[in-house]
Amino acid sequence: MNNKQYDVAIVGGGHNGLTTACYLAKSGLKIIVVEQHDYVGGAAVSKELYPGWTYSNCSYVCSLLRPEIFRDLELSKFGLQIIPYEGSATMLNDGRFYAHYNDHDLTYRSIAQFSKRDAEAYDRFSRDVMRQCKIIKPLLKMTPPDPTSFAPKDVMGLFEFAKYFVAKDELGGLGEKEIYDTIRFWTMSVRDYLEEYFESDVVKAHLAGSAIIGTALGPYSPGSAYVLLHHYMGEVDGTIGAWGYSRGGMGSITQAMSKSFQAKGGEIKAGSPVSKILIKNNRSYGLVLKNGDEIYANKIVSNLDVKRTFLKVVEQKQLPEDFYLAVKNFKIRGSSGKLNIALDELPVWKSIPVGDPAGTGDLHITQSIEEMEGAYDDWKDGKWSSYPYVDMCIPSINDPTMAPQGKHYMSVFIQYVPYNLANGGWTQEKRKEFGKHVMSRIGNYSKNFNDIIKHAEIRTPKELEDEVGLTEGNIFQGELTMDQLMFNRPIPGYAQYKTPIKNLYMCGSSTHPGGGVMGAPGANAAREILRDLNKKIESHYI
Amino acid sequence: MSQTNISYKQPLLETPFHEKTREKCYAHDWHKWAGYKVVKQYTSAELEYTAIRNTAGVIDITPMHKYSVQGKDAKKFINKLITRNIDNIQPNQVVYALWCNEDGFLVDDGTVFCFDENNFRICSGERNLNWFEDTAIGFDVTIEDISHSIAALAFQGPLSCKILHMLNANKIENLKPFCFDQFTINNQEITISRTGFSGDLGYELWCDPSQAHEVWDALFSFNKDYKILAAGLDALDMVRVEAGFIVVNADLIAAEHALRPNRMRTPYELGLAWMVNLDKEFFTGKEALIKQKNKGVEKKLIGLDVQGDKPAVGSVLYDGSKKEIGIVTTAMWSPTLKSNIAMGYVNKEFIKLGSKILAEIYHPEELEYRKIWAQCKVVKKQFLNLERRNAVPALI
Ligand SMILES: Cc1cc2nc3c(=O)[nH]c(=O)nc-3n(C[C@H](O)[C@H](O)[C@H](O)COP(=O)(O)OP(=O)(O)OC[C@H]3O[C@@H](n4cnc5c(N)ncnc54)[C@H](O)[C@@H]3O)c2cc1C
Repeated sequence: MNNKQYDVAIVGGGHNGLTTACYLAKSGLKIIVVEQHDYVGGAAVSKELYPGWTYSNCSYVCSLLRPEIFRDLELSKFGLQIIPYEGSATMLNDGRFYAHYNDHDLTYRSIAQFSKRDAEAYDRFSRDVMRQCKIIKPLLKMTPPDPTSFAPKDVMGLFEFAKYFVAKDELGGLGEKEIYDTIRFWTMSVRDYLEEYFESDVVKAHLAGSAIIGTALGPYSPGSAYVLLHHYMGEVDGTIGAWGYSRGGMGSITQAMSKSFQAKGGEIKAGSPVSKILIKNNRSYGLVLKNGDEIYANKIVSNLDVKRTFLKVVEQKQLPEDFYLAVKNFKIRGSSGKLNIALDELPVWKSIPVGDPAGTGDLHITQSIEEMEGAYDDWKDGKWSSYPYVDMCIPSINDPTMAPQGKHYMSVFIQYVPYNLANGGWTQEKRKEFGKHVMSRIGNYSKNFNDIIKHAEIRTPKELEDEVGLTEGNIFQGELTMDQLMFNRPIPGYAQYKTPIKNLYMCGSSTHPGGGVMGAPGANAAREILRDLNKKIESHYI
Repeated sequence: MSQTNISYKQPLLETPFHEKTREKCYAHDWHKWAGYKVVKQYTSAELEYTAIRNTAGVIDITPMHKYSVQGKDAKKFINKLITRNIDNIQPNQVVYALWCNEDGFLVDDGTVFCFDENNFRICSGERNLNWFEDTAIGFDVTIEDISHSIAALAFQGPLSCKILHMLNANKIENLKPFCFDQFTINNQEITISRTGFSGDLGYELWCDPSQAHEVWDALFSFNKDYKILAAGLDALDMVRVEAGFIVVNADLIAAEHALRPNRMRTPYELGLAWMVNLDKEFFTGKEALIKQKNKGVEKKLIGLDVQGDKPAVGSVLYDGSKKEIGIVTTAMWSPTLKSNIAMGYVNKEFIKLGSKILAEIYHPEELEYRKIWAQCKVVKKQFLNLERRNAVPALI
């Protein structure tokens, strides 16, 4: 029987659980992370599922990870390196391609091939989105204030929140006009938003992609514009909205975090599913593992999504009824699939020449927003999209560690794939059929793709739920819609990483500011816990 | 390379790699280095920087000054010149060296290659023929400026050894840091040293100008599979700061250049005490350096971890009560460390690791400056310390 006593036990070794763990360990507390799998990382892992190939088999690119967290946790020292993207492209049915490059003028000329107006409008669009990103950035770091509370902390917090909207420019705040824009941005559909800038189908389709990744919204759904912002607010070395590969796959992020944690004396218990959080007199005090072992800790932090936490490992009888219902009603719909493909050689596209930087970043095949909305309609009908939106990339072009020499690894993220398939649900055959369908769609744009596939891992929301532990396979641990953001995330009244149970906290992507490999939920939770414990640490983030 | 045809229309010489570098220099962004035209950025410094840390970068370092030192007193002469002791240097070894004037102020730094007891080569950033010849008076040595007769490339990055290995450079992975040997790649016999300015696994390749094109092409032989990039001086400057290397006339003014004597620096002030061997019988500057060692320095070049993400370029440094205590020499955002790093001089009260100081940063923002008082912590100058840099056998 393991019955050691810890200061804090963290359930789940996803990147947020590890981030919380690192910050807490930095303060000298005795911390344990308990992870169900033999490996840590959750949805940020690298796996060798085919000999010689490394797959980032869930998340695949990095931008949102806050640089201050990277710095505080000394992730470079523990082996993490980010390789910036050099471009991106949408391939067209007529044999042309639409591309974005790091070079502004190249991008201008690329867009101008389709519309000179749009090529200029792109600058205005970028400026407006950057302005919104500037507002959001400081909000990410903040614990959302409780608008119903009169506690000094919340009143001050609300003031801080408001400050960014009305402040002078040196605080990153906006003028009156931009405040209207913010509210519009956070509530509009991405289609309507883009319509205000652009006329060309491919320009809109290319830009709208970021607004539907991971959500159960379509480009015509109100609220989808915010999701675009969520994918733009990251950065690589000061370039806002830029993305990059994590060298060695996304697992390098969580491997570096776990090394950083262990270097601070932290303990990781892998291969140990938690079956119950022990609660007495409305206070949590420990964990029960699947094998019956118990672990005791003064505070418990859950990295699981809010549904898994309160419907699976906390007993219902311990929860207030309305809280329980709110958790049940939390929107966490799966809509994404993933293919990880080992390729015998470099795919040659019909449109993008080999060596063009546009072919080394994210690649797409969606021709118009209407096609995208059609893909969403299929999902609503319980089918995978006939014309799926794909966000694909070949990390091995830039990262020499992902595949053997001359071979390649391709990651394909797919929108939309239902969690519950109509007509009898998912079977192994249907999963394979789905994978084949997506690969044949991609094959249409390549000269050799169909002939160079050596192995493919095909993941539907079902696998994401079963293997990763994301309820319904929702990649963000909960929809990013206004009703579930900020002080409403995950549950109104419980947005400050706390729960109705004393000493039980949340730190996963279900909490503010939400999903993605960002670390902000984990770091914010750590700040709250440290504050409750009256501990101070030196940090760039906290 | 013809040196005789001087034309005012061509103030900058072209290195033996010029045809090759021009081909890849899409940005047409050139830099002047010791009278040569070398690439500043091929496409973008960030990209080339990434190659050095992720695959490998090829940098034309031909303009470096190179001197052959031959004769039976060669070693004795060098031991008088430099602050380190090379009594035990073996053939095929390289040492990093500093040389000072009589007052202990740095004249230059460079690398000393030992071919045998009587045959050395010194590579340096500045011109040193006069200094060397004056120092050599009374020694049986011949010093020759061979700068133009050797073409040189730096090949730096985690794949550098792998690529050389794939080019059949015999047992290159066993070459130890600060050693060199003869290797054959692409049918060219050349000298390769495991040295460099990146703080990463890396090599420098030295060849006859006639071999330049073959050697250059060889390094890109496997580019179908591995993205080796030609890298410009901007990228090189980024990696050298992360590695904590100083650049003469950027982080200090060379003693032979300084108009204002108080801008000259001693090795102790540069944090290079480990480079000074005071047990050595005699070397130029020894007396002055003994004095300084006993007395301690008034100011010192240190590393800074600067709060926030705005580089503290040219910042003045202050103590907690906003009294001026120093100045930043070099500052940048480190993409690898995701940290805002800087080097600078601070007064002796603040040279201890962990000392807290303030940097006044003027950050340009659309025609206005935002003034930031950034907290800084004094840290080691070697910001980045990669295991692969010194691993033997090297990563292949
Ligand atoms: C297919 C896919 C692609 C994505 N692509 C990207 C991308 O490219 N870029 C990006 O930024 N984001 C991406 N995301 C989103 C991002 O990966 C997630 O939002 C993020 O990794 C979630 O991190 P987390 O720490 O909050 O939770 P998780 O990673 O879900 O961590 C939870 C951890 O808890 C463990 N656990 C669950 N139940 C138990 C239990 N009972 N006992 C013990 N341990 C348990 C799990 O094994 C897991 O390790 C993607 C997600 C998916 C699924």
